[in-house]
Amino acid sequence: MSILNFFSRNRSSAPVAKDRLQLLLAHERVLSGRPDLAAVLQKEILAVIAKHIPIDQDKVVVKLDRGAKVSTLEIDIEMPDEVIAQG
Amino acid sequence: MSKVMVVTSGKGGVGKTTSSASLGAALAQAGQNVVLVDFDVGLRNLDLVMGAERRVVFDLVNVVQGDAKLPQALIRDKRVETLYLLPASQTRDKDALTEEGVGRVIAELRERFDWIVCDSPAGIEKGAQLAMRFADIAVVVTNPEVSSVRDSDRIIGMLDSKTLRAETGERLEKHLLLTRYDAARATKGEMMKVEDILEILAIPLLGIVAESPDVLTASNVGSPVTLHNPASAAARSYTDAARRLMGESVAINTPAEKRGLMSRLFGRKAAAA
Ligand SMILES: Nc1ncnc2c1ncn2[C@@H]1O[C@H](COP(=O)(O)OP(=O)(O)O)[C@@H](O)[C@H]1O
Ligand SMILES: [Mg+2]
Repeated sequence: MSILNFFSRNRSSAPVAKDRLQLLLAHERVLSGRPDLAAVLQKEILAVIAKHIPIDQDKVVVKLDRGAKVSTLEIDIEMPDEVIAQG
Repeated sequence: MSKVMVVTSGKGGVGKTTSSASLGAALAQAGQNVVLVDFDVGLRNLDLVMGAERRVVFDLVNVVQGDAKLPQALIRDKRVETLYLLPASQTRDKDALTEEGVGRVIAELRERFDWIVCDSPAGIEKGAQLAMRFADIAVVVTNPEVSSVRDSDRIIGMLDSKTLRAETGERLEKHLLLTRYDAARATKGEMMKVEDILEILAIPLLGIVAESPDVLTASNVGSPVTLHNPASAAARSYTDAARRLMGESVAINTPAEKRGLMSRLFGRKAAAA
């Protein structure tokens, strides 16, 4: 921990809290009352892929990062070579 | 051997979520595989305290209802790689969780983790009962204040009657965690004494966490205090408590009043000046 860090630690945290909350609440207010878009997207994307190759649901990793301007949805699907060959 | 640990209290605002995050992180920092499960359906907050709020896609209710697989709902901490979060749902449907469903998820978590830390909602209703239902260990979070002690007593009664372990006659480990302890007010006799609370509740003490601005700062930036400011008194209290949970014997310090530099240097003379 640097000395600067030491002195700024307490003072600088409130603005961070405000930014985090504004971002979160903007998303939550839009979403209240309808299913989370990210969840719907991942479900439908997986359904499309499942038409072509069998997917082991336990091997699907979903990552989301909500940003102020852009959010990213990352879906990692493990596709063993023999499965691709069959498909 | 995996351990299911409920962090509970009855009363709201005493520090359950803060303690779940800090104890869980401290256990993970010690190399244990830990998952934090937020049972506060409708009012999730553990994601915010952990700084994972932007990354929630699925939650406990989705997994219980079969809409998502467990690995898809688990969020891995970016700072400690053995620490995971299973967020609560924001649904208003209080019946979204069933005992059978929660039991299934806990059983699955037991296969992957050493510690399953269940952050209980306030109250004594279904949500709090489900959070404690499968527990092996209970951490009862109490503030040195009459209404909190009274509610803790109610919760201890429920731990002794409503949990699976109680029903099958197995022992459920119970620990008292005193939080938001204000040393200055304790010195002045304005706050209940630690010994008095222990005498009334009659369960062993796991630790005492002082009221501290470091806790607020840590939650502002979305980090458990044990990660954000490990050297702080609050972090050390939580780290010591985690070591006790792992079976180490570590002496418990009652937080002492922090005196100003002047009064420490000059003793009573400075105070009188
Ligand atoms: N040791 C502490 N010192 C200062 N503030 C604390 C401490 N523990 C908890 N708090 C604060 O108290 C409030 C309630 O804590 P929280 O963990 O959300 O309680 P609960 O989950 O029991 O409702 C929060 O604002 C939190 O930052
Ligand atoms: Mg809480």
